[in-house]
Amino acid sequence: MNALEISQLKKVYKGQVEALKGIDLTVVEGDFFALLGPNGAGKSTTIGILTALVNKTSGQVKVFGHDLDSELELAKAHIGLVPQEFNFNQFETVQQIVVNQAGYYGVERKVAIERSETYLKQTDLWEKRNTPARNLSGGMKRRLMIARAMMHQPKLLILDEPTAGVDIEIRRSMWKFLQEINQSGVTIILTTHYLEEAESLCRNIAIIDQGLIIENTSMKALLGKLSVETFILDLAKDVDELSLVCAKSHLLDPHTLQVEINKGDSLNHVFAELSNLGINVLSMRNKSNRLEELFVNLVEQGKQQESA
Amino acid sequence: MIKANYWIALQSIVYKECNRFLRIWVQTLVPPAITMTLYFVVFGSLIGRRVGEVNGFEYVEFMMPGLIMLSVINNAYSNVSSSFFSAKFQRNIEELLVAPVPTWVIVWGYVLGGVLRAVLVGAIVTAVALFFVDIQIYNFWVIITTLLLTAILFALGGLINAVYAKTFDDISIVPTFILSPLTYLGGVFFSVSMLPGFWQQVSQANPIIYMVNAFRFGFLGTSDINLTVAYSILIGLTIVLFTTATMLIKKGVGIRH
Repeated sequence: MNALEISQLKKVYKGQVEALKGIDLTVVEGDFFALLGPNGAGKSTTIGILTALVNKTSGQVKVFGHDLDSELELAKAHIGLVPQEFNFNQFETVQQIVVNQAGYYGVERKVAIERSETYLKQTDLWEKRNTPARNLSGGMKRRLMIARAMMHQPKLLILDEPTAGVDIEIRRSMWKFLQEINQSGVTIILTTHYLEEAESLCRNIAIIDQGLIIENTSMKALLGKLSVETFILDLAKDVDELSLVCAKSHLLDPHTLQVEINKGDSLNHVFAELSNLGINVLSMRNKSNRLEELFVNLVEQGKQQESA
Repeated sequence: MIKANYWIALQSIVYKECNRFLRIWVQTLVPPAITMTLYFVVFGSLIGRRVGEVNGFEYVEFMMPGLIMLSVINNAYSNVSSSFFSAKFQRNIEELLVAPVPTWVIVWGYVLGGVLRAVLVGAIVTAVALFFVDIQIYNFWVIITTLLLTAILFALGGLINAVYAKTFDDISIVPTFILSPLTYLGGVFFSVSMLPGFWQQVSQANPIIYMVNAFRFGFLGTSDINLTVAYSILIGLTIVLFTTATMLIKKGVGIRH
């Protein structure tokens, strides 16, 4: 079954700003789906329409088969939203926020209080349950929004940049938590600026730009489009000039070498050539996130087509 | 969503609203008690003695139902206008908008929150009044129905105000420039019969006259206006404001893009 079906979705804001130009998108049940795009591409508008925070101009949206126009409440009941900005009452306590939210979805207060223990413990907020939300750190507030979204046990969890401004340690623990949620059968749609996050977590991906879906495929297929990988090598000694024969390379500084390797090629000949030159390599890392390169390329292609 | 879930959602909104005004009780419950105590001391005990009787009752006795109603109107209105606007401002109204809660449940949730605060403040002011007046009850049901209908009406007014408000100033304009003059000229401190003929006619256009007088009738058994007219106006305005508030929120005015 499809968790989400979007067809010909359009949104024109006042002032004739065309945020969505007729997008089609399908997310299957159980998927961990990435929706990526540059700022102003239409991601938040799409999520806003799915969650009834933005009125669509035209098109059809179905959540687990329930049409947003004719079965809005049933569609909403399946969705849990973690928005980009903190949108809880800063003066309420952590437990009040999650328990009240469950109540809006028809979860009885007694059940909601019991359930809050589960989700607040899973998000490491149980000890803070009586703390007013304004006193939480940024990372805690993010986790609170995830716990709140899970309180009615939705079948579709939508996360709009859930780890923005969260330190790496907490981000990793949130990834683990999200993976557990997905493994329990919850379909997840994720938007993020951390492309590494999408690459690590998501199985399928759509890239939206200027109100249009410019790519919609599996993460594996998208990454398969990469023809070149870029590595950064930290050299043991400083060199003034170095150009490898076996691969495209250039010195970033006297002890840092950037090497581009065709996909599928071995790195052994790079190390062999450096060894022959008497240069030892101390460490090596990817220059940048692989998905980031693809993302930038796709968006650039889109801009070029637009201007042509 | 089944009907039982609507009930749970309504309970949750009301619980949240009550929790809000009880959490800030120093701002919500104490000021009306102090203000009304001063009214009773100054206008009731000190000046009231020189005023003499109004409609056959001591001035403080005549004024008491009006002061309770004044508190009810102000608190019902300000509770909903400030709470709903804060929810818009902090964006936690989105918690409700994304949930499968029908618009009428959202409206009633906020209105009931306002009504409960108004009733609680009304009870506090009544308790204060006991120090100055021997309260008599002429018709209990008139008191209760007028109190509840008035609180509902002004809570709905506060909600509509908050829907249109874009800044905190916008939620104080109506109470300051419209509500206060209407309330003070609404027969709280005087009988309509004390006004010159022309102003008696003008006062008929003030809806608060009907609420204050109907409420006063419940205590004293005397009123400047016909009770049936008062109830008709109260019920009619409540229906109009409820329909307006529901329509505005359903359309997403001020809360949805």
